[in-house]
Amino acid sequence: MTEQVLDLPLWAAIAVAIFLVLGALLTLIGTIGFLRLPTFYERLHAPTLGTSGGVGAILLASIIYFSVGTGRLVVHEILIGLFVSITTPVTFMLLARAALHRDRAEKDPDVPAKAPAK
Amino acid sequence: MSAIILFTAVSIAQLLLAVAMLIASVRIFVGPRAQDRIISLDTLYISAMLLLVTFSIGTGRTVYFEAALVIGLLGFVATLALAKFLMRGEVIE
Repeated sequence: MTEQVLDLPLWAAIAVAIFLVLGALLTLIGTIGFLRLPTFYERLHAPTLGTSGGVGAILLASIIYFSVGTGRLVVHEILIGLFVSITTPVTFMLLARAALHRDRAEKDPDVPAKAPAK
Repeated sequence: MSAIILFTAVSIAQLLLAVAMLIASVRIFVGPRAQDRIISLDTLYISAMLLLVTFSIGTGRTVYFEAALVIGLLGFVATLALAKFLMRGEVIE
């Protein structure tokens, strides 16, 4: 690599490497599950593996790398982690409700009918 | 030694994330309905954001962090607007 890479001690490099590969692997597994699961409501669960475990592990690797490399605490990655972990449930909840609404509007037999109002 | 470990890990992580983006874009094309395509767009931008963070570890620069933050913010708004559109048929009522 021709770019200027920060000099890290061995333990920090190993920790960064482990978290980086772990996060990427979790994201890939989530995406594979998203490709293979049969129905939409099952598919909705798989990518959250990437948005929770993947984002957490890779941002932790970034925090360790820049904190050890520059010699001071660098935690601005927490901002991304916080934001993703707040917005992903909101997004998926809304999408699930939209899909349910569409399936009910088409009278899909696999989807239960709307519960009667109390 | 630590430079070799870091370079290998960054390369592997970039490869895995690129494959994840590829699979997500496959789902955009084959996804039977609109909601599948929106979810795969969501997965695609999360993977791209993680790829940018990995780039910033590989090059040792922090400029990629801001790009990742902007992708996260705008992707959320885009997915939310598309979900609203599926639900109501229009974004702003």
